[in-house]
Amino acid sequence: MLYLPSVKLNAFLEKTAEKRKLYVPVDEEPGKSSYRPWEPGVVVSRGLNTVRSAKDFFFPQTENLAGFRIQNKKIEVLDPRKETEDFAVFGVRACDAASFGILDKVFLSEPVDTYYKNRREHGLILTASCRRPAETCFCSVFGIDAAEPGGDVSFTDDGNGWFLASHTDKGAAFLGEVASLLEERDESGAEAAKAKTREIVARLPLSGLKTDSFGGGKTAELFDRPEWAELSEACIGCGTCTFVCPTCQCYDIRDFDTGREIRRFRCWDSCMYSDFTKMAGGNPRLTQKERFRQRFMHKLVYFPENNGGKFGCVGCGRCLRSCPIHMNIVKVMKRLSEDDNEQ
Amino acid sequence: MNSETLIPQAVVVEEIRQDTPDVKTFRILTRDGKKPFEHMPGQCAMVSIPGVGEGMFSITSSPTNAAYMEFSIKKCGHLTNWLHMLEPGMEVTIRGPYGRPFPVEDELKGRDLLFIAGGIGLAPLRSVINYVRDKRDQYGDVQIIYGARSKDDLVDYAEILDEWSVTPGFTVNLTIDREQDSWDGHVGFVPNYVKELNPDLSKTVLVCGPPIMIKFTVAGLTELGFTPEQIYTTMELRMKCGIGKCGRCNIGAKYVCKDGPVFRYDELGELPDEY
Repeated sequence: MLYLPSVKLNAFLEKTAEKRKLYVPVDEEPGKSSYRPWEPGVVVSRGLNTVRSAKDFFFPQTENLAGFRIQNKKIEVLDPRKETEDFAVFGVRACDAASFGILDKVFLSEPVDTYYKNRREHGLILTASCRRPAETCFCSVFGIDAAEPGGDVSFTDDGNGWFLASHTDKGAAFLGEVASLLEERDESGAEAAKAKTREIVARLPLSGLKTDSFGGGKTAELFDRPEWAELSEACIGCGTCTFVCPTCQCYDIRDFDTGREIRRFRCWDSCMYSDFTKMAGGNPRLTQKERFRQRFMHKLVYFPENNGGKFGCVGCGRCLRSCPIHMNIVKVMKRLSEDDNEQ
Repeated sequence: MNSETLIPQAVVVEEIRQDTPDVKTFRILTRDGKKPFEHMPGQCAMVSIPGVGEGMFSITSSPTNAAYMEFSIKKCGHLTNWLHMLEPGMEVTIRGPYGRPFPVEDELKGRDLLFIAGGIGLAPLRSVINYVRDKRDQYGDVQIIYGARSKDDLVDYAEILDEWSVTPGFTVNLTIDREQDSWDGHVGFVPNYVKELNPDLSKTVLVCGPPIMIKFTVAGLTELGFTPEQIYTTMELRMKCGIGKCGRCNIGAKYVCKDGPVFRYDELGELPDEY
């Protein structure tokens, strides 16, 4: 099996960055990493997953959808799309890699979102297995294996380097590009590293979380549960959970007049915001309870109903770490499952 | 690069008709005088004034109208206020068509049809009514029950009197909410009028109007013996993309923009009560 020893990481990154823009996770402060463009001297983080997810590379927080120039009553429509340059993201964890499968269901279904598709085609996803999953991790609950992160090329971390395996044609071509830096090692080393990861994951405090109470077809059972009021009571509707979530993809479309032209932007939005469904004629989700419920019902019931049982959560745990009032999907699932058992 | 549905086309507002004090009907053409695109009755399009906003509106004209496309729009918010300030010859942008139409080529074929509309709710039904009128031999009898606040609020009044009322096999029943000089027709709310008229249970119903009117009308129809499977209506929620991706019009496992706006009433019954 192909192996990249840690001492050759910089040479590998340099080679990778020759043909494309490369992003790597970098520790901003202890325990808080984010993706940064790689350049010689940048130290790659091998610790906790990034604060923001890798969805940003494919579905950026804001992007220009269209433009307009208006002259003498006539509207000239401008297409701002240009061919994206090739890029690679290194160190994407299994949860975030799985999130692309969820985003693909939304953006690549007909009619295809060409902005997203363009980036998917030009982006190379280099994943990394987790050696030290966090206490807030629960990817295994959704059938995601932190030891087999997938992507175009997966990197199984054994502490001294990585075992590499390609999963797509794009990934296989890339391995050819960097072949000179790789060694051949016995596969048993990779299996041992994977076993270690799985052993840690099995002991994580949230790995026993049950999904039985959720899934497609559960709307009638869950929608009117009284617990929503109590669960949502302290929610301040800040939308932080939505922004750090690798699978949240609701967006707003807004126009901005630059003075020279009007630019139409797509921006991340949140169903947790009070004006999300506000219309000239009223708002069907008047209180935070309805808005809070929408977010979790969507991930746990509506999305699986439309996508063959696939949940809209990958268990990355970011919402557990970032919610200012310490509310999160795990508490929601536990609370709603608990009462199921009591009945 | 592939075409992208989120990038609209610029079209000309050829003609503007003041239908009621707060409803205008906009006739839309491409710059070379054509209909912007084909659609089916009940489908919608995103209309925008760049810099102001973009909104989903039902296409009021029938697909059988090869010459142009029309939108009847009520002035009720930011974008619609701006639309009402347009003058003929000005341009807007449009993209579509979006959504699931009324099943005019399937379940509605050959049926006796009962259209029930309240106020601007006639806009999406007008497309179906004129479609059925132009393919008269493919559908049974047509009854139209239409109500508005006052005589002045009846949209397309001229067309109703001059065309629909005189079409063989068409019956038109109009009502207004309150007594008014120069009105000798029926006075009363639509749901009550429907019950009074006691339509035949064999009819397939298409109902559209304010949510409260739909609710009471369907309750009345149910009392008369109609089943949810023979009632179709349209839904409205806030929309941004129009293609089931931005998440805004998501209700239950449905997206109103692509799974609707037309729903059969039994399908609505399966959705959470949040509209």
